[in-house]
Amino acid sequence: MLTLVGKDQPGIVAKVTSALFAAGCNLGETSMIRLGDNFTVMMLVQSADGDTQLREALAPVLKALSLVLHVDPVEAGMHKRPVPDVCILVHGADRTGIVSQVTSYAADAGLNILDLESDVGGTEAEPIYILQIEGVAAQGVDAIRNALTPLQADGVKVEVRPIETMIG
Amino acid sequence: MSVLDILVYPDERLRQLSGPVTAFDGALQGKIDSLEETRLAGPGAVGIAAPQTGWFERVLIVDVSGRKKTASHGHLILVNPEITEWEGYAMGREGCLSVPDYTGNVVRAEKIHLDGLDRDGNPLSFDMEGFEARAIQHELDHLDGLLFLDRLVSRRQDLFQRKNYK
Repeated sequence: MLTLVGKDQPGIVAKVTSALFAAGCNLGETSMIRLGDNFTVMMLVQSADGDTQLREALAPVLKALSLVLHVDPVEAGMHKRPVPDVCILVHGADRTGIVSQVTSYAADAGLNILDLESDVGGTEAEPIYILQIEGVAAQGVDAIRNALTPLQADGVKVEVRPIETMIG
Repeated sequence: MSVLDILVYPDERLRQLSGPVTAFDGALQGKIDSLEETRLAGPGAVGIAAPQTGWFERVLIVDVSGRKKTASHGHLILVNPEITEWEGYAMGREGCLSVPDYTGNVVRAEKIHLDGLDRDGNPLSFDMEGFEARAIQHELDHLDGLLFLDRLVSRRQDLFQRKNYK
């Protein structure tokens, strides 16, 4: 698992992935997204070489783009993606603790998070917070909806809905 | 009857255009039975289209009646199906027996009118909506050599867009 963080600029993905390709690496699942002014990359990479060779191969690109690299060895193998069956949407006036409350209540109601994204929008004076979560509801969607309902009272809008996947 | 092998993407045969059924004979009945058996063997599949099994004729099976709170016309075997009307659109999550271990968001018509034939060649006609209409559109795509992968929209754009704007 490679983690790369740095100031966003055009061409990061192309340069990093080209360097990996040239080093004979194979890309798996990746998440590449801008957070604030930073570009963040997390990649599952398969490499015949070890950690050291990988770092050497990436060194010129990292230097040119001022990227910080972190490498974690992880278990290899074909992934098995759990299918999310619940989607949680939360938005409201920005205040501390929203994510913590939503995820704690939901975890107690059986939620396993597969994907979480949050964003701050609105104006400087009145920022709003938007949180989207997808996951597996081990105790059912209603259990999560019931667990999160009390948060509505705090001026936060919470919507919990099933994700129905049509397999055909 | 037998469980048939499912063609798996990127098998080029999934891109093939399937032709109309012309003979409603015993051979057709046998193939339909095997197609259904194959669908039932697939994990959680509500539908299957003939070309997914390497049979390139316009036949599909959809059955969403096992789902709670889902509008349904029951178990449907459709020969030479054709969508003649579309209305509205909705985003939904799809997976496919021919694309294992991946699901993604696809925009489909919310309501459709469907004409076709049953397994004996008698005309059928349905107005459908929601999950069932989605399943039909997904399977009908297979008859035209299309996969849901061809229609993917970003997972990250799911937010606020589930409602149907008409």
